Formats: sequence, structure tokens, C-alpha cells
Amino acid sequence: MDPIKLRYAKTHEWASVEGNICTVGLTKFAVDLLTDVIYIDMPDVGDPALKGDSFGEIESVKAVSDIYAPVEGEIIEINDKLVLDPATISKDPYGKGWLVKIKMAGKPKGWLVKIKMAGKPNLDHLMNHAAYEKQIASESH
Amino acid sequence: MALETALHSWHSSNGARMVDFGGWDMPVQYTTIVDEHTAVRNDSGIFDIGHMGRLKIHGPDATSFLQMVCTNNSANLKLGQVRYNLVCNEKGTILDDILVYQHGSDFLLVVNASNRLKIVSWLLSKSGSLNVKIEDQTLATSMIAVQGPNAIALAKQLISDDPSKLGYYFSFDSKTMNVPSLISRTGYTGEDGIEIILPKGEEIKVWEKLVAMGCKPCGLGCRDTLRLEAAMPLYGHEIDENTNPLEAGLGWAVKLDKGEFIGRDALVKEKNSPSGRVRVGLELPGKRIPRELYPVTKNGTALGKVTSGTFSPTFNKPIAMAYVPANLSAVGTDLDIDIRGKFEPCKVVSLPFYKRKTT
Repeated sequence: MDPIKLRYAKTHEWASVEGNICTVGLTKFAVDLLTDVIYIDMPDVGDPALKGDSFGEIESVKAVSDIYAPVEGEIIEINDKLVLDPATISKDPYGKGWLVKIKMAGKPKGWLVKIKMAGKPNLDHLMNHAAYEKQIASESH
Repeated sequence: MALETALHSWHSSNGARMVDFGGWDMPVQYTTIVDEHTAVRNDSGIFDIGHMGRLKIHGPDATSFLQMVCTNNSANLKLGQVRYNLVCNEKGTILDDILVYQHGSDFLLVVNASNRLKIVSWLLSKSGSLNVKIEDQTLATSMIAVQGPNAIALAKQLISDDPSKLGYYFSFDSKTMNVPSLISRTGYTGEDGIEIILPKGEEIKVWEKLVAMGCKPCGLGCRDTLRLEAAMPLYGHEIDENTNPLEAGLGWAVKLDKGEFIGRDALVKEKNSPSGRVRVGLELPGKRIPRELYPVTKNGTALGKVTSGTFSPTFNKPIAMAYVPANLSAVGTDLDIDIRGKFEPCKVVSLPFYKRKTT
């Protein structure tokens, strides 16, 4: 994944959409902060993902953090490799270290939208790369 | 405004992540906790511990003063000997855990950074009519720990006298790179090694030299995982003003027969009718890590709390220390830890988790 093209949640998840499938991972900034990742608690395939709700947790030597769903939908795939080798997320957060794939629920909002956008994912609530860079610059001081 | 050690700018310009600790801006890690932890267990690591309080106690009544304000015996210390000690209040609970160095006609106390000011004013308030002086040398000196199986072999190349001749928990005055310094065979990692106290401003060349010789810079993150594996208590976690030394498993540092001292009456009572809780080690088979304050449970009922927990880099599994009722403290007892709503099984194991092989 090219970080420039991804969308970002305040809570440091990245999202990338193809069709109505959203791949979710954690940003390099977040995994660098955690370091020494020991364990990732993953949801089950078929679990609902509720936007902004925790769907898993990532445990490092130092601390544990929740992982939040950046979009609404259903978990259709989890990255089994991370369960066996959690360090992968630190080595390649935008590639082999992806976390889950969420099948996004179309969220029709009105007539026109319903006709044109039904089933079409919308990531407008997430930050673009530049906005996210700004956020982490203020967090890392 | 956080205090800074003399090595502060070295840390920031060498990639350290800084964190507030006991009022000091200190490095938590340079690379990763596991990387630094492993270096200390297998090779050697160097720590800036300039934040630790260094108090000189001198005057004709210094010995009797220390006998009164501390639980362990300082009267029979040999020249240069260092001893773990506790400062308790009248209730017999712990104000600080410290090291007392016998230093010729003086004593040196090394106290926790977070407790330094509290202890200085406590000592002043208890000195009364005794002829004793308390001199806080923390800001005028620096302190470096060199720890690990190869630490002494490296450090001795810079020290005029051979630190490998020092007994464990002994110290001597010597020179490090020609700078007068106090060297002690002490540490907070469970490994062999030394700690060096030297005048402020002289630490940087010693630090840089040791780093150049292969000593890995280590932050407070691995200092915590190392001491936890070695089951050394950390003030504010295993021990505090609500904990007495006996339940903390530190009864060996309380000498009830040495004469009067502050907290003695309360500790005699505690010995005769114990609080009923004790500090234990816990080990978990899974990967989820117990953290401080997580409840320790049995059949769903909370019985105690985790005081420190981490993933042990040496044993590759989660470990914790906790207080539990004495009747559930036997090695092998099955308990649970409530890790964010899920009960994870754990077992009481003997402390320390890690003990180095002595040759």
C-alpha cells in the first residue's frame, strides 16, 4: 500500500478501499510507538465492524491498545499471519502487516445518493495523508 | 519543568524516546525494550541513572541516625559495603527503599528519584538534636549503571582499580578515565555489573567511551522488565506508603532486634498478626499481558491486584507480581487474572523469575 493514498483514523488505523472491501491496518507511527508487539487479538470472520468501535487489541511489552474499526461493515477476512508472527505488523505495517478486511455496508443517505451511491463506500470521514501527518507531528512533539 | 540529567542532550540526539519519570525527563528506550533487555542479559548495557537521589549523611551521629530512620542494620557495615534498606514511617509502611553505602566516615544513600525530596525533608525532620548533616548531592553528580555478563570486563578497562575484585554489594573510590568516582558492584537488573557515581560534567566521556566499546545504551523501559524478572520491587508499584515490608517479602531487610527504629512497634505487631496478604509471582501460559491494578481472582472473586506485569523477554511469556491472600500464595496455586473482562488462568511461581548463573 502507498501511505500517500490511504485514509486515516484519528486512532491511527489506515484504510484502503477496493470495490466495497476495506483493508485495515495500523500506521507506522502507531506500531513504532508500541514497539515489541507481542500479541494481536483479532475479531472472528463474520463479526460486525461498527465504525469507531474496538474490534481487537494490540499488546506490546509496554502497553495494550484497542484497534478501532474505521468503517462500518462485516469482517470478512483476518490476517492469520499476524496471529502467528505479530512482529510482521512492525516490519511491514502497510503491506504484510494488514489486520482485517471489512466488507463495507452501503449507507444510502437520500434519494440521489441511494441511486448513485448504494453499496458504494465512503471514506470522507477519514483523514487524508497530509492531514494525518499533521496530527502525528503534533502528537510526537 | 522536568529535571534533566547531564546526559539528557545525548539521549535526545541519539534517538531516545523520552518520558517523565519521577519528575525527570528520562530515556525510555533507544531501539526497543526487548532489544535492550536482551543486550543486558547476554552482553552489556549502559543506563543513565542520574535521576536517582544521592544523599551524603555525615557527622558523629550518622550511624545512630541511620539506625533510627531505617529498618536494616547500618552499624555493622564493613568499609565500602552497600546494603538494601527501607525507610518506614511510624505505621511501619514504606516511605522509600534505598541503598546505604558505607563510605569511610560518611554514608551515602541512593534513594528513588520520585521520593528524593520527600526523603530529604523526612530525614531533616527526624534528625532532631543529633549531630548529623544531610547533603543532597544529586544535582552535583551523575550516576551510570553498566550491567550484564560482560559489563565488568568492559568497564574495568577504564577504571584504575579492578572492579572485578569488588564483592557483590561492595564499593570503592577509584578513578574512571582519571575522574574520581565511586564504583559499586550493584544494580537493578538481576545481572552482574557496576554503578558509577562521578562529578557532573565528567559522565559524558565515560558514557561515550563505554558505548563505543560496545555497551548498549538502555532506557528505563528495559530497566523495568529486567528488574521485574529479577523480582525487585519498584516504589509506587510493589511498595508504597500503604505497604509494609513484611507483606512485600522484604522482611529480610527489617532487623527487629537491632534496637529502636521508626516503625519498629508497628512491624512487631505486623509480625505477630500479619496483614494476610503477600507479594507473589504469577506466570501466564497465554500471550495477554497482565498490567498494574488488574484484579487477581479465584472462581470469579477478586482477591488482590497486580502491581507490575509485563511480557518477559527472557522467558517469552507474560509474568506479573501481585498481592494475594497468604492462603493462596503457595507456589503452584492456580488463580486467574481479570484481563480487561476476560479471566486468564495463571499460576503462582517462586520469585525471582530470573536468577543469573553465578560462576
